[in-house]
Amino acid sequence: MSFLEQYNYWIVIFLMMSGFYIVIAHGNLIKKLMGLTIFQTSVFILYISISKVIGGTAPILDDRYTIYSNPLPHVLILTAIVVGVATTALGLALAVRIKEAYGTVEEDVIQEKDLQQEGSAE
Amino acid sequence: MAFLAITALSLAFTKDLFASVMLTGIYSLLSAAFFVLMDAVDVAFTEAAVGAGISTILMVTTLTMTGRYENRKLHHPVIALSVVVVTGVMLVIGTMDMPAFGSDMAPAQVHVGPYYIMQSGEDIDIPNVVTSVLASYRGFDTFGEVVVVFTAVIGVLALLEFSRKDNQVGERPAPMFQHKILRIVSKILIPPIMLFALYVQFHGEYGPGGGFQAGVIFASSIILYAMLFGIEQTRKAVSMPVVKILAALGVLIYGSVGIVSMLNGGNYLNYSVLAENDITGQHVGIIIIELGVGITVATAMILIFLTFARRIGKTNSNSSTKEGTA
Repeated sequence: MSFLEQYNYWIVIFLMMSGFYIVIAHGNLIKKLMGLTIFQTSVFILYISISKVIGGTAPILDDRYTIYSNPLPHVLILTAIVVGVATTALGLALAVRIKEAYGTVEEDVIQEKDLQQEGSAE
Repeated sequence: MAFLAITALSLAFTKDLFASVMLTGIYSLLSAAFFVLMDAVDVAFTEAAVGAGISTILMVTTLTMTGRYENRKLHHPVIALSVVVVTGVMLVIGTMDMPAFGSDMAPAQVHVGPYYIMQSGEDIDIPNVVTSVLASYRGFDTFGEVVVVFTAVIGVLALLEFSRKDNQVGERPAPMFQHKILRIVSKILIPPIMLFALYVQFHGEYGPGGGFQAGVIFASSIILYAMLFGIEQTRKAVSMPVVKILAALGVLIYGSVGIVSMLNGGNYLNYSVLAENDITGQHVGIIIIELGVGITVATAMILIFLTFARRIGKTNSNSSTKEGTA
């Protein structure tokens, strides 16, 4: 029984870690942003899992039900999703500008170009 | 849940960025389904509209500018993997102290949650508790979030719109215009989508929905139009200065409701003083601020998409000239 009780949290951790892995291991900036999105969604899932009450229903009041899930995490996550897409858009905009300035969105190539520039300046 | 894990895993290993974008779309849709199972209908609604719709489109738009394939090489994959595994194991050990899933005795369930469920019926008298918490009890937070969305839009505009030196972007034929079936079906679909957005907007008190979801849905109908008829055509139909002013106006509406309630002798964003009756005041306040949220979110999404899409022509021509000179 104890395995099933923690199952949701474990999946959350797995998702979070795969997002984390994408962020550190991949050099492509767009891919890093996707990793961040995965990470973000895993946090959403964690909150929503916490708000669930077994036997409860969606928090829309009705005389037929007495047990509801906790509405507070729902509110927090709902707004977080919209804010998340807005900030991701900002990140993508930065990536586009980097592409225009350097001609690439690969991290190591960008670093190489920076070093070259410093070398030529000296 | 297992599906989510599989999608995330394949995302970590695919090299084709276009495929990864599609995988993030699938991932969002799956998590939306999960949110429904967890009784979070409002959240599922938002995730389906935002994650599977808008953010996928934005990613694809960016990819057309930055190239489809990523570098084969990974940064020290072994070190990264070991860091990830160690962190993961530590977190799993942490979950041993977590309350059992779905327990009604968990700390999260015993503080303000029950209060909202018990009292919001009397205080505010609308069935959707999520809306009353969002707009009334925690109106401050929501205001902050609307401001964040607005700020992000300003950032995107500053990065992509104002730095453009030449305003002359050649009119390119809309990519989807040749497909007759797509064009006709979408033409039929766009008005119902807009109508649905309005329904979601004004029905948020009774069912799942509200300003955030309505804004995103409304924006997606405009984006559909833009994909079919081209960006320049959309800019003619939807005047950019007006959209920009509307985005600011949404925030202004929200903020001024707070000021008006202060002038009427209440606290900031305390709607009870807006009308003679407490409950009517709450209703008025919630409807007005949801309208503000809806306007800001919709215009924000439209602005972000149009700015990105407009950038495509310029970036590609730029990078090709750079390669030519190099």
